[in-house]
Amino acid sequence: MEWETVIGLEIHAQLATQSKIFSAAATAFGAEQNRQACAVDLALPGVLPVVNREVLAMAVRFALVTDAEIGRHSVFARKNYFYPDLPKGYQISQMNHPIVGTGSVEIVLGDGQRKTIGITRAHLEEDAGKSVHDEYSDFTAIDLNRAGTPLLEIVSEPDMRSAQEAVTYAKRVHSLVRYIGICDGNMQEGSFRCDANVSIRLKGDEKLGTRAEIKNVNSFRFLERAIEFEVERQREILESGGEVVQETRLYDADRDETRSMRSKEDANDYRYFPDPDLLPVEIDDAFIDAQRASLPELPEVKTARYISELGLADKDAITLAADKSTADYFESLIGAHAMPAKLSANWMLGELFARLNRDQLDIDDSPVDATAFAGLIARIEDNTVSGKTAKQVLDGMWDGKGSADDVIKAEGLQQITDTSAIEAMIDEVIAANPSQVAEYRAGKEKLLGFFVGAVMKASAGKANPGQLNQILKNKLSG
Amino acid sequence: MHQHTLKELSVLLDKKEISSTEVTQALLERIETHEPTLNAMITVDNDGALEAAKHADAAINELGGTASAGKPLLGVPLIHKDIFCTEGVLTTCASHMLHNFKSPYDATVVERLRAQGTVMLGKANMDEFAMGSSNENSHFGAVGNPWQTDRVPGGSSGGSAAAVAAGYAPVATGTDTGGSIRQPAAFCGLSGIKPTYGRVSRYGMIAFASSLDQGGVLARSAEDCAYLLGPMSGVDPRDSTSVDQPVDDFVTALDGSGLSVTVDSSGDAPLNGVRIGVAAEYFSDGLDKAVATEVRQAISKLESLGASIVEISLPNQHLCIPAYYAIAPAECSSNLSRFDGVRYGHRCESPVDLEDLYKRSRDEGFGREVKRRILIGTYVLSAGYYDAYYLKAQKTRRLISDDFAEAFKSVDMIAGPATPTTAFARGSKTADPVSMYLNDLYTVSANLSGLPAMSIPCGFADGLPVGLQLVSNYFKESELLYVSHQFQQIDDSHQQRPRGFE
Amino acid sequence: MSIKPDEVRNIAHLARLGLDESQLSEFSDDLSRTLDLVDQLNQANTDSVEPLANPGQCSARLRDDVVAETDQREKLQTVAPNVDNGFYLVPRVIE
Repeated sequence: MEWETVIGLEIHAQLATQSKIFSAAATAFGAEQNRQACAVDLALPGVLPVVNREVLAMAVRFALVTDAEIGRHSVFARKNYFYPDLPKGYQISQMNHPIVGTGSVEIVLGDGQRKTIGITRAHLEEDAGKSVHDEYSDFTAIDLNRAGTPLLEIVSEPDMRSAQEAVTYAKRVHSLVRYIGICDGNMQEGSFRCDANVSIRLKGDEKLGTRAEIKNVNSFRFLERAIEFEVERQREILESGGEVVQETRLYDADRDETRSMRSKEDANDYRYFPDPDLLPVEIDDAFIDAQRASLPELPEVKTARYISELGLADKDAITLAADKSTADYFESLIGAHAMPAKLSANWMLGELFARLNRDQLDIDDSPVDATAFAGLIARIEDNTVSGKTAKQVLDGMWDGKGSADDVIKAEGLQQITDTSAIEAMIDEVIAANPSQVAEYRAGKEKLLGFFVGAVMKASAGKANPGQLNQILKNKLSG
Repeated sequence: MHQHTLKELSVLLDKKEISSTEVTQALLERIETHEPTLNAMITVDNDGALEAAKHADAAINELGGTASAGKPLLGVPLIHKDIFCTEGVLTTCASHMLHNFKSPYDATVVERLRAQGTVMLGKANMDEFAMGSSNENSHFGAVGNPWQTDRVPGGSSGGSAAAVAAGYAPVATGTDTGGSIRQPAAFCGLSGIKPTYGRVSRYGMIAFASSLDQGGVLARSAEDCAYLLGPMSGVDPRDSTSVDQPVDDFVTALDGSGLSVTVDSSGDAPLNGVRIGVAAEYFSDGLDKAVATEVRQAISKLESLGASIVEISLPNQHLCIPAYYAIAPAECSSNLSRFDGVRYGHRCESPVDLEDLYKRSRDEGFGREVKRRILIGTYVLSAGYYDAYYLKAQKTRRLISDDFAEAFKSVDMIAGPATPTTAFARGSKTADPVSMYLNDLYTVSANLSGLPAMSIPCGFADGLPVGLQLVSNYFKESELLYVSHQFQQIDDSHQQRPRGFE
Repeated sequence: MSIKPDEVRNIAHLARLGLDESQLSEFSDDLSRTLDLVDQLNQANTDSVEPLANPGQCSARLRDDVVAETDQREKLQTVAPNVDNGFYLVPRVIE
C-alpha cells in the first residue's frame, strides 16, 4: 500500500507589541508572576477590553505579504470555556470575520521546486495565562502575565505532503513574520508555536483521512520528528486494520513520540458569539496603504537585488536574505559601513557563521556585531591584516578583546607593508639559501613557495603576501 | 434638608447657607431612620461621606462657592447603585458572589462624579447583577417602595429609586439593561433617564448584558437628571463602545437652547414644533386601564403645551420581550463566567478539585434568578440552538431597531406608558419568572435599539405613581430632558412625596 | 419547548453551576417556560435580515500601543481568595 501524508499547520505567532491586545499592560517576557497582569487582564468585575491598533496593523501587514484578503469588517468573538488561566471564562478571538482571509505563501523545496501553500485564514486572539504545576504539591499556581498577549493564529490549508514540506513552510512563515517585524520568532519563549494536523490516506484517494492534531511543538526539528512519528503511528494503525481516532496529541521531545492528551469526557461547546464589549473593526484603504508603505523589502526581492546589483552568487544571496537579522547585519556592513559586498558576504558566510554555529548563537546574539565586524573587513580590505591573520583577529574579537584594531595592536598582528623591511627580510633569506637560489634561477620555479614560506616565517606571518611575492620574484630573477 | 432638589442644594451650598457636612450629616441620619423599613442600601459609608463633605466644604470656601468653582455638584450628596465599582468601598452587585468584594478601582462614572466634588453616601440595593424588575432578587434582601412599603420599588435599580423617593439623597445613579432605571423610576414617582447606548461609560459598571447596559440617573425632577447626567457622560478611553461625540449642555437645554427642534420656552406653547409619536402597540391588552388613563392624560398635557401628536406604528413591538430574553441571558451567561472563585469573590470551602471549585462556588455565590439566566443564555448559545435562538433574536433586534428608525422619520419623540402596571405587591410575581419578565414590556425596546429613554411621573393610580415613558432618537437626551422639564412646569406629580417620607 | 432535567444538567455543566436534583427540576420548568416566550420569535420573518449585535452604527475605537499600566499586584490580590508568592492558587490540575 502506498500512503500519502497530508499536513496542515496552525501557527500561533505572538505579535511584537509593547502592550497587550486589549489592555495597556506590558507584554515583556520574564516578569515576576502576575506583575504584568492589570485589572483588565485579571477580568475584574466591570473592566472592558479596548483593541490595540497595532495588532490590526500587524495583521494587515501579514495579509499584504501573503497576498491575502483583508477583512475590512472584522469581528471579535468570545470562545467560552472555563480554565483557571483564562480569567474571563472566555477567550476573545475571531470566528466568522477574521482580519486575514484566504492567502498563500510560496516555498522552495529541497530539489529547488516551488510549491504554493494555501493560507485559509489568520485571526487575532488573546493568549491565556500560565498554569504552573510544579511549584506546589496540592495546588496549581496561576500566573496571568501572559494573559492578553496578542496572537495571530495562521491556519494553512492541508497542502503539505511531508514533514519536510511542513518544516519548510513553517520556516518560511517564521522568516516572513520576522521580516515584517510582527513577531520575534523566539520559539523557546513560545513566541512562535506550531500545531500540526496530520493524516494519511492511500495514494489517489480524494477523501482526507482522520487527522490528529499535534500540539506543543517548540522547534522546527521537533516539528519534523513529531510529524514523522505521527505518520508512522497512523500507518501502523491503518495497515493493521485499525482506525485513527480524531484527537489532540502532545509531542514529547524527551521520548520522541506523540501521545494522546487526556480525553475530555465532554465534547467542548465553545458557544462562540460576537463580543458585545467590542464593536466591529473597520479597516479602510488609508490604514492598509500606511501598512503597505511600511513594509520592508522582502527576501525574494532582496535575493534578486543581491545577485543583480551586488554580484553575489545565488546561493550566498539566498542565505543572506532568508533571515531578517542576517540581512540586516549584511546590509549594515555594506550600507552604513560601506564595506565591499563580496568580501563582506564571504566573511559573514564563512568565518562569522562558522563561529555562530560552533557556539550555537543567533546572529542577534553575536559577540561581534555588524559595526565591529565592519572594522575587521576594513582592515582586510586595506591590507592591514592578511586573510589568515584576520581569522586570528576575529577570534580575539570573539573572545571580547575589543575591536579589530585593538586586537591587531595588542597582539602585534599588523601586516608589514614597508617595502624596505620586506626587502631586508628577502635579502636575508636569499643570502642564507644560495643553492636554492641557483636552482630557482636554473628554472626550478616551484621553489618560489619555499622562499615565500621562509620570508613569511621570518616576518612571523605578517609580511603583506602581495608585496612579498612581487619583491621576491624581482629579486630572484634579478 | 432632604426635601431639597439637587439644584436647590447647589444654590444653598453656593450661597453658603448650608454646608455639605450639614446636609450629609442630615441625610445619613435620615438613612439610618428609614433603613429598617426600606432596606434600600447595601452599604452606607458614613466616614467616607463625611470626609468627602469636609473636602467639599473646604473647596467651596476656597473657591468662593459652587458656581464660581464651576462645579454645581460640589458638595452634593448622592448614592451609587451597588453595580458601580468604588475603590475601597464594598461593591457587591447585591450578590453573595461579591459579598466581600472591595473594588481596587473606581468606575469611570464614580471617578467623574467624585471629580465634580459630589459626596457619596453609600451604595444602593438592587436586583442581583441587575437581573430583576422588583428588587426581590437581592442577596441583601428585598426593598420597600416608600409609597407603600409592602410594594416593590421596581428593579433592578430599586434601591436607588427607593432611596431617592425616601429623601436619602436628591439623586442616585442607576443602570438600565431592559428598563432598570425607568421601571423603578415609574414605580417610585421619580424621573429616570437612560441615555443613548455609549453616552455613559460602562467601565467599572459590572456587566449584565454588555450590548444593552447603560448607566443613567434617578432623580426627583428632569432638571436634576440634567445636572447629574452631564458630568457622567462622554467618551471614555477605557470603554471602546462609549461614543466620541460632544456632550450637550443638558442644563441649558432645559430652556430649549441647543436642541435640534426650534422651540420657544418663554411662551405658553414651549412644545410647539415638537412632534410626539404615539404607538397603538403601547396601549395593548397588557396595559392596566388606570395606568392607560393617566398616560393618555399626560399625552394630552404635552399636546396642550404645543406638541403635535402623531400616530405611529411599531409593528415588531410584540417581539421585544422574546428577543430580549434570548439576547440578555446569552450575554450574561458569558459575562458572569469570570466569577469563578479564583481571583476574587466567593470561593467555596475546601474544594476537592477544580470542577468542584467552579461548580460549588458558582452555585453558592449566585442567586436563583442569576442562575436561571445563565442557564438560558448558555442554552441559546449552545451548539444546535444558536441559530434558532440567539441569531434569530439578533435579527429580530434589527427589525425592532428599524421600526424606530422609521418612526423617527416623522416624529421627534415617542410617548407611552413606562410600565404595564403600577408597583405590584412584594411576592406576587416571584413564583412565575415569565410574568415578572413582562414588566419590561415597554422598556426593553430602547435597550435593544440603543435609544435614549426617560420615565417621568404622570399622575397616580390607586395612590401609586404612574410613569410616562419618552423615547427619542440617538443622542437626543437634551430633547427628552426639555420636554420632561416643560411637562413638570405644568404637572406636579413629581413634587408629590410618599406619606411618611415627606 | 420543553427542557428535561438531564438537559439542564448538561447546560449547568457547561456553565459550571453545581445544581442538585431539586434545582434541576425547578430550572427545567423555568427554562421551558422562558423558552416558550422566546419561541415567539418564530413569528418574525427574518429572511435576509442582518443580525444586530450592537446598537448604533459605530465601529470600534482603538487604542495606541502604549504601556500605561503599572504593577499593582499587591493591591489587585487583596481581593483574592487564595494567593501565595504572587500566584493565584487553585486545586491541583492534573494535565
